[in-house]
Parts: sequence; C-alpha cells; structure tokens
Amino acid sequence: MASISTSLSETPRGSARFERKAATRDPVWVKGLILFLSLGFFLIFILMPLIAVFAEAFRKGWMTYRDALVEPDALAAIKLTLIAAGISVPLNLIFGIAAAWAITKFEFRGKQFLITFIDLPFSVSPVIAGLVFVLVFGAQGWLGPWLSAHDIKIIFAVPGIVLATIFVTFPFVAREVIPLMQSQGRDEEEAALVLGATGWQMFRKVTLPNIKWALLYGVILCNARAMGEFGAVSVVSGHIRGQTNTMPLHVEILYNEYQFAAAFAVASLLALLALATLAIKTYVEFKASQQHRQGEAR
Amino acid sequence: MAAASTRRVLPGFGLSLGFTLTYLSLIVLIPLSAVFFKTASLSWDAFVQAVAAPRVLASYRLSFGAALLAAAINTVFGLLLAWSLVRYSFPGKRLVDALVDLPFALPTAVAGIALTALYAKNGWIGQYLEPLGIKVAFTPLGVLVALVFIGLPFVVRTVQPVLEDLDTEIEEAAACLGANRWQTVSRVVLPSLAPALATGFALAFARAVGEYGSVIFIAGNLPMVSEITPLIIITKLEQYDYAGATAVAAVMLVISFLLLLLINGLQHWTERRTAKVA
Repeated sequence: MASISTSLSETPRGSARFERKAATRDPVWVKGLILFLSLGFFLIFILMPLIAVFAEAFRKGWMTYRDALVEPDALAAIKLTLIAAGISVPLNLIFGIAAAWAITKFEFRGKQFLITFIDLPFSVSPVIAGLVFVLVFGAQGWLGPWLSAHDIKIIFAVPGIVLATIFVTFPFVAREVIPLMQSQGRDEEEAALVLGATGWQMFRKVTLPNIKWALLYGVILCNARAMGEFGAVSVVSGHIRGQTNTMPLHVEILYNEYQFAAAFAVASLLALLALATLAIKTYVEFKASQQHRQGEAR
Repeated sequence: MAAASTRRVLPGFGLSLGFTLTYLSLIVLIPLSAVFFKTASLSWDAFVQAVAAPRVLASYRLSFGAALLAAAINTVFGLLLAWSLVRYSFPGKRLVDALVDLPFALPTAVAGIALTALYAKNGWIGQYLEPLGIKVAFTPLGVLVALVFIGLPFVVRTVQPVLEDLDTEIEEAAACLGANRWQTVSRVVLPSLAPALATGFALAFARAVGEYGSVIFIAGNLPMVSEITPLIIITKLEQYDYAGATAVAAVMLVISFLLLLLINGLQHWTERRTAKVA
C-alpha cells in the first residue's frame, strides 16, 4: 500500500506512515482491541441495517418484490420523488455557485453572518422545516387566504413538497464549494480577465473546471438528501396516496399497513440510491485529491 | 486585506450577492421568521402551557437526554473508528471508509424500519437481547440506537482529517523524551484531537436532537415514555393546534441556534489548533 506515491512526498502515505515507526506504532493487543471494538461497532450499527433492508425486501421472494415496485402508487411515489429532486437540486446548485462566488471573490461586511445563515437549514429539525411552510402557505398561514381565493394549493400538494425539499437541501452545494474557492483565491480569474476574457468565458473556462469535483460532490449529496427526505416532506405532504407521497412516505404507509415486504422493497431502492451516492462520492473524492495533488505539484 | 483596491475587479458581485440574499430570504429566513411571529401571537400563559406541559417536558428529557448519550457513544466509537481508518491497515478498509457515510446517504425512514427489523423481538439482534431481558424496539433504548446510527459519521469525519494531518514527529519526540505509548497518546495526541472531538460531538448532538424519520419507527411513541419532541410538533399539527406546535418549534429553534453558534466557535478552535500544530 505504501509504495504508490513515493514520488510526490517522502513520507509514505496512509497508515504505513504510522505503522512503520516504533514511536507511533501501537502494541499488537491494543491494535487488535481497537480494531475489534471499532469494526464490531461498524458491523452492528452500519452494515447490519444495510443488509437487513435487502434481506427483508426479498423475504417473500422476487415476485412480491417486483409487484411492490410496479404498483401504480409506488410508481407515482417514484415519479414525485424524481420531480422534487429534479427541481430542488438544480436550484440549490445555482444558489451554491452564486453564494460561493459572492463570498469567496469579494469582501463585504456581514460575510460571516451570511455563511452561518446558509448553514442554518442543517441545524433545524426537518419537522420544523416542514412546519415553517405550513405557517406561510397553510390554510391559516400568512398567504393562506390569498392562495385559497386564487385556488392555488401549496401545502398538501406538490409545490409544498418541493419547497420543503429545497429547504432541507439548501446548504449542500454551497458548503462544498465555498471552502474550495476560498483556498483557490481569485488570481486565476483575474488573470483571465486581464488576458481579455469576458466574464462568462472566465467563469466557464477557469472557475468551473477548478470547482467541478466539489460541485459534483455537493450535487450528489444534495440529491441523496432530496430523494430521501422524510420529516419535512411528511409535514407538508398530506399523505394522499398516488398524489403527494414521495418514496420515503410511501415506505412509511406500507410499513404502517404491515406490508413489510413491500415497504422494504421500496426502501431497498432508496438504499441502492444511497450506495450509488457513496460510490460516486468515493470516486469524486479520489478525483478531487488527484486534482489537488497535481495543483500542488505544478 | 491589503488588496482592497483590487476587490471589485471580478464581475458579478451585485448579481451573485443579490441572488444569494434573495434566495436565502425567500427559502430560509422569511419562512423561519414565521415561527417567531406565530409564537409572539400567543399570550405568555398559553405559551408556557404549550411548551411546559408534562408530556412536552418528558419529550425534551428524552430528546435531549438520548441525543447527549448518543453523541457521547459516537464520540468514543467514532474516535476508535477514525483511529482504525487512519492508523491501521486491515482488509476491507476502503469499503469501511466509504460506508461510514451511509447514515448521511441512507434516507432516515429506511434506516428507521431497518433498525426496527433488527431489534424487534424476532430480529437478528433483538432475538439475542430478548432472553437477556433487554427490549430495544419500541422503548427509549430504541431511540438511542437510532440516534447513534445517524450521528456516527459526524464524529468520524471531523476527527479523521485532523488525525491524518497530525505530525508523527511530535509523537516521536514524546517517545524520545521517555513517554510510554499510553502517555504519548493521552498527553500529546488526544489533546490535539480535543477540538475535533468536541466539534463532532456537537454536530452529532445537534443532528440527533431534531431527528425524526429514523426514530419514530423504532420508538413506539408512547406519550411520556418514548415520544420525542419533533413528534410532539407533528401530533399538535395533526390536531390543528398550530400555535402550540409552533411554540414548541420555537423552543427547539432557539436551542438549535445556540448549538449552531457553539459549533461555529468549536470549528474556529479546531482551525486555530490545527494551524498552530502545522
């Protein structure tokens, strides 16, 4: 493992750096104990729940599994989940880029406040994220009377679900891109302008290539949360079967009706999504560190 | 800071900041402010009645108590896991490293039903605990299990990079000066990890306090026993008690804001500490 990257740094990378030297090497029994405890914990708390999803999904056989997924309500839930993610992820992507551009390329007062506010949705309970939209758009809310006079439904309808999803996934892209752009500074963009690039050319040819991996990273995390959000969406959805149920809400309904195999079948799709997310994430991390190392070597 | 004269060379300041502030206000700030306006419309007595009813107080005890305990458990095992991932080589390490983030990526409802299946009376884990008289599913212990699940990556992912950046030289210096391994770890390594551990603890705690999806399936949701605060909000909403739900939400929001400030402070501490070591 240690021989991969000797050309880039003198010290071996990874755990070999520590395991080679007597001063940083733990006694064998300590290593064994720590590995036993940490991997045991990992097995019980991470791996077993994951395996349980698939085991329960296929407990009643392949046919039940398939039937649970092609049933109209399930298809409607899948469609709604795709719609919610399809709207909220691009919006939060644009927001993330705009916020990162303003925050990292310019100096202005209150910047630190702005960064804190952007992180806010992460520390708000999902249930409250749903509640706030009920307070604004609900029947008794600020805009409730006006909306019902114009026959517009937001709460207990698709727009409310989309809004709640945007809220809970709000910071994902911004918080991945901001630290990266901060460390990159603005020299390259300024050079592009001096060399005669237009603003758009500079953005497309200099900024975007520099941040593409961080953007992708933010987008896949944003997407995973958008498709999997439960608490916030549950408050604003109204749980109308086939109409306002996303996949996680569909899982809940099936589960509460004791259709466990069907519930786990839909859940297994979401678990596959999570696994795909982690796989892409690992790949992107690898690519980003490669780009970073190339940048340092330059 | 000296570059003040060049600060508006790049284009797009007005557009990007304007868009950022508008979007932030429309999606986050204005809706959140509704919580406080709605709460302010309550009389003091009605507010106290909503947020300090015995059933609500019991839910605070459970939500905050279980979240604290879960964050503490995660701090210990998260540190061990981060230590294993950084310091040791073992088969399947990259898989473990990638899967640590599963609680971030797995929808909470899926986690909730999976954990319930595991810890139910006839589940893979529950069947061994049942004869010992330990009931997890549908008890407060189940709440704890769910909160441990969702909080684990926070600690691992804040401690891991700091542990990776730690210079081996300070440990060698400690060893040269006659410290044994335990002294080196407890007096040299752990203190430099303290800010990261505290940050991870706070992040896991903040997430656990507001968690809903993974908990409600396994908790059993008995009033006064295994009912978490977010569920109280939902129950009040379902009874069309909007004011009461909002009052409880306001209490939780204030606590979240305080936690957010604490986390920001801790992160500054981590950065300063790491900068000093480097």
